[in-house]
Amino acid sequence: MNQDDLLFAKTHEWVAITTEDEGRFATLGLSAFAVEELSDLVFIELPEVGRQVKAEEPFCEVESVKAVSDLYAPVSGEVVAVNDTLPDALETLKEDPYGAGWIAKIRITDDAGLTHLMDYKTYQRQCEEEG
Amino acid sequence: MTVPQKTKPSDLARTALHDWHVAHGGRMVDFGGWSMPMQYSTILQEHQTTRTAVGLFDVSHMGRLHFHGPDVGRFLDSLLTRRVVDMHAGQIRYSLICNQQGGILDDVLVYRLETPGSQATPHSSSTPRSPDPSFQMVVNASNRTKILDWLTRQKADYDVQFHDVTHATTMIAVQGPLAISLVDPLLDCDLPALRYYRGKRTRFAQWSCYVSRTGYTGEDGCELIVAATDGPPVWESILRHGAERATGKGGIAAPIGLAARDTLRLEAAMPLYGHELTEQTNPIQAGLGFALNLQNRQFVGHEALMNFQAENHQPLRIGLQLDGKRVPREGYTILHAGQPVGEVTSGTYSPTFERPIAMGYVKQSAGAPGTTLQIDIRGKLHRAVVVPLPFYQRGLLSARKSLGNRHP
Repeated sequence: MNQDDLLFAKTHEWVAITTEDEGRFATLGLSAFAVEELSDLVFIELPEVGRQVKAEEPFCEVESVKAVSDLYAPVSGEVVAVNDTLPDALETLKEDPYGAGWIAKIRITDDAGLTHLMDYKTYQRQCEEEG
Repeated sequence: MTVPQKTKPSDLARTALHDWHVAHGGRMVDFGGWSMPMQYSTILQEHQTTRTAVGLFDVSHMGRLHFHGPDVGRFLDSLLTRRVVDMHAGQIRYSLICNQQGGILDDVLVYRLETPGSQATPHSSSTPRSPDPSFQMVVNASNRTKILDWLTRQKADYDVQFHDVTHATTMIAVQGPLAISLVDPLLDCDLPALRYYRGKRTRFAQWSCYVSRTGYTGEDGCELIVAATDGPPVWESILRHGAERATGKGGIAAPIGLAARDTLRLEAAMPLYGHELTEQTNPIQAGLGFALNLQNRQFVGHEALMNFQAENHQPLRIGLQLDGKRVPREGYTILHAGQPVGEVTSGTYSPTFERPIAMGYVKQSAGAPGTTLQIDIRGKLHRAVVVPLPFYQRGLLSARKSLGNRHP
């Protein structure tokens, strides 16, 4: 996926919104900047399929050599799919953060979270300030 | 996720190598009031470079204090858990500084320096003691001000002078199995002949240099102290010689940040002040009995330590090994049969053993090697086994596996 077509949370998760027959879906992952900052990832605990998540609340944990970090759900909804290949191939997060490195797919039940998301340009400005 | 706070460089002290770190991709963070590199490449890569070749560490943030004067030996002996007055020039000792309650104020290295003009050698024990011996002490960065204040308060009538040479000097640790052979040709002394925990003044090219066979990684190696302004050329010279001794792609030496310094010292089970050591812990429970001389001595904390030794029921420092990938972090609760028995003080994913390891303090009844404990990792109990320390000892691992570049 092209980063310019994605939306970003201030906590560094990216979202691709798609409309399908069954409703609106958010595929999400972790930005390239965040993966670089975390460095030396050793573990990811994926959310369970079927779990209800709430925008801006933790839904997934990544463990690096140095620290453990929460990932925050960028939207509210139900987890309908997770990328099962990730735990055994964490390098995918770095090699293809916006494609093969996707983490989960959520059926959006509430649009409220969407207003907090920003486009890539705005997100990049935030990264420059943090970096 | 939340990105760790980067340093606001203006508020922090800088080593003479600061600009080099920034120019070479060092991620700078606040460490004990200093702007220091956390890492340059990846932690795993830097860790393995040190375990298999040579790692270069800027440790200039460590406090370096010099002592001299007629009473210097007696003064230091009144504060240190280990006797130093009997040290010969060139000897180095690990010691602790305790408060009256036996709590640890800092863990330090004490160096008996060569006294200018007297050519005492480590072997000539009959050499008359110089009238004015001099010592160096290396203290933790975060404790430097506290220790300077403590020394000033304890000085009383001792005829001794001390001064802080931290900012005037650069200290570089060169660590790894190839460290000695890399640095030896650059020094005007026989480095392989220098024994562990010995030091001497020599020259590195045209620069005056104090070299010691010391380190904080569990590997062989040395540490160099030069004038602050000589730091960058000495640092670059070592890297250049490392590059010339190439093994395939790239050289044998690389700069290493604080993150890998932490994983290296943790595998070697070396305690870190602020984690395993605090003013609330005493040397006996920390497993540092080797750094105590209690017989026929008086020093601050002596009485308290005698008491701790007599009735030793304090929680003990232990090592823990876990399966899986979840890493116990500082402050996590340790349980035995469902009951809390202690806390983790440091934990990491061990790059060498490819599993989580931790150190912590537990009740003595739960601390025997082989005991199965649990650690509460973010609400879930994970099985952890008490193992003897250190986790890593150089030489013992090489037969098990060679550490190739297996990580992304």
